[in-house]
Amino acid sequence: MISLSDIPARGGSPFTPAMGLFVALLLTAPFWLEPIGLYHYLGIEIAIWILFALGFNLLFGFIGLHSFGHGAYLGVGAYAFGLFQQEVTVSLWGGLAVAILAATLAGAIVGAFVSHRRGIYFALMTIAFGQVFWFGAIKLHSITGGEDGLLGIARPDLVVGPMRLDISDNISLYWFVAVILVLAVVALWRIVNAPFGRVLQAIRQNETRAQFVGYNVWLIKWLTFTLSAAFAGLAGGLFAMAQESAYPDVMSLHQSGLIVMMVLIGGGLVSFWGPVLGVLLYFIARDIIGGITETWLLWFGLMFVIMVMVRPEGVAGLIHVLRQKFAQTQQKTVAPASNPERA
Amino acid sequence: MTLFKAENIQKRFGARVVLEDISLSVEEGTVHGIMGPNGAGKTTCFHVLTGYHAPDGGRIVFDGRDITGRKPHQIARMGISRSFQIMNLFDETVVIENVLLALPEFRAHGFNLTRSVFDDKALVDKALGVLDQVGLADLAWQKADALSYGNRRALEIAVALAAEPRIVFLDEPTSGLGVEATRQLMGLIRKLRKTYTIVLIEHDMNFLFELADRISVIHWGQVIAEDTPAALKANKWVARSALGEVA
Repeated sequence: MISLSDIPARGGSPFTPAMGLFVALLLTAPFWLEPIGLYHYLGIEIAIWILFALGFNLLFGFIGLHSFGHGAYLGVGAYAFGLFQQEVTVSLWGGLAVAILAATLAGAIVGAFVSHRRGIYFALMTIAFGQVFWFGAIKLHSITGGEDGLLGIARPDLVVGPMRLDISDNISLYWFVAVILVLAVVALWRIVNAPFGRVLQAIRQNETRAQFVGYNVWLIKWLTFTLSAAFAGLAGGLFAMAQESAYPDVMSLHQSGLIVMMVLIGGGLVSFWGPVLGVLLYFIARDIIGGITETWLLWFGLMFVIMVMVRPEGVAGLIHVLRQKFAQTQQKTVAPASNPERA
Repeated sequence: MTLFKAENIQKRFGARVVLEDISLSVEEGTVHGIMGPNGAGKTTCFHVLTGYHAPDGGRIVFDGRDITGRKPHQIARMGISRSFQIMNLFDETVVIENVLLALPEFRAHGFNLTRSVFDDKALVDKALGVLDQVGLADLAWQKADALSYGNRRALEIAVALAAEPRIVFLDEPTSGLGVEATRQLMGLIRKLRKTYTIVLIEHDMNFLFELADRISVIHWGQVIAEDTPAALKANKWVARSALGEVA
């Protein structure tokens, strides 16, 4: 069986071929998105969702806590960003910092209530808390703008030292989001491959044993929940900027379900990169199948069902199996099996 | 010197009293056996002594410190380690990572984000050393769930040892093992007793009588006798409860 906890083929360096491919695609996207018939805004959307999905998978895949209310933190980030622009001052870094802070705080509070729960109880409580945030966004009309949400959120200038860049057009905003995403991905990659990340995976595999070798499992679960909410908050802040608005739908149950579906279909349970594949697949389905038929979500849903039945490890699992088959046929023709010991 | 002491431990689950009154005292450097029939409360006793369940009454003292009601991770950090009757391993990863995770040095770096797990040669060597103690060094890079039953039992002990405990609680280490594997395990525990204080729950009476310095017999949630193996063989209460068929 494949698992997230298989030892990575190489050590701690994040400069893996997969990372290279990811960064290359990300940084060349503005040059080929339009020629192949897509559009720059799609690139921004995908990059933001990848950020959200990878942060979410820290919780879902790595420590094995199945949250079904994670849209809430995306939403909290989005609203925090918007409110900061509208009520305090127009500032990119300020807005993003507040988005992260607000989502971290929300995650820390909810995490404190749910981290001692397991399985279905954990899932139900995350849904319940998610709904609380969603309901709050709709009902706190004077702050959140109710069902309309916050409209006309600015895309503030990027200020780095003495430099001031206008990133209000889609291409510049894409570059900005892409750079943030690369930094976040490298950070997440470090987290899951450092001792801390291995401990998360140990807790997923056997919580009791982790306790009895001396880990404060509750604390680590809480930290992971909070950290994952922080990434969602960053994604939410960028999302508000991209959409130039923040509205209750961002934190709806629908959104929370979507991220679970993306992570599962891509293979977040077996690979760090799984969520990326899931996000790509979703948006390709939305824009390409969606261009052909209005019922694209039905087809995407069917794809999800087939995937879960045939290959529950998702696209990443499928790729892994295919690569293994390929390696086996190679081995048969080339040389006898070598010693699998690590070099 | 008394390293570990439990005084009048009580444990109820709802209306069911599982541990009525358990007292035991373990001298440093000895092997202390716990025996008794099925359902006598042996495993519950271990769960309470290692923090998995909080006792409803009584006191647990380790190395002069009262540890009653402490959480498992706190107790583990003090130098109390345990194995499980039903195996509890990190199955999705390699054998050596099971041990690495339990090393105190690794735990100290638990929140470190800059180190990498398998690149730290000193740490990996140390884990290999622990595996060598139980004879698993050659299988270090195998996946834990691919090991044979006997080797998994050995790994269970290796994980307990990796935490560098002063006292190790082993819950029925021979359960499910064949004759040859049991004999090997006996050799291993003989070796370990030179380094660690060991508390051992065991069904296999011959095994226990070979290894233990003292044995507590638990029945009906109470310690009905505590003595050396030789003296226990002569005890009529023990003969009636559990030992009758064996001794």
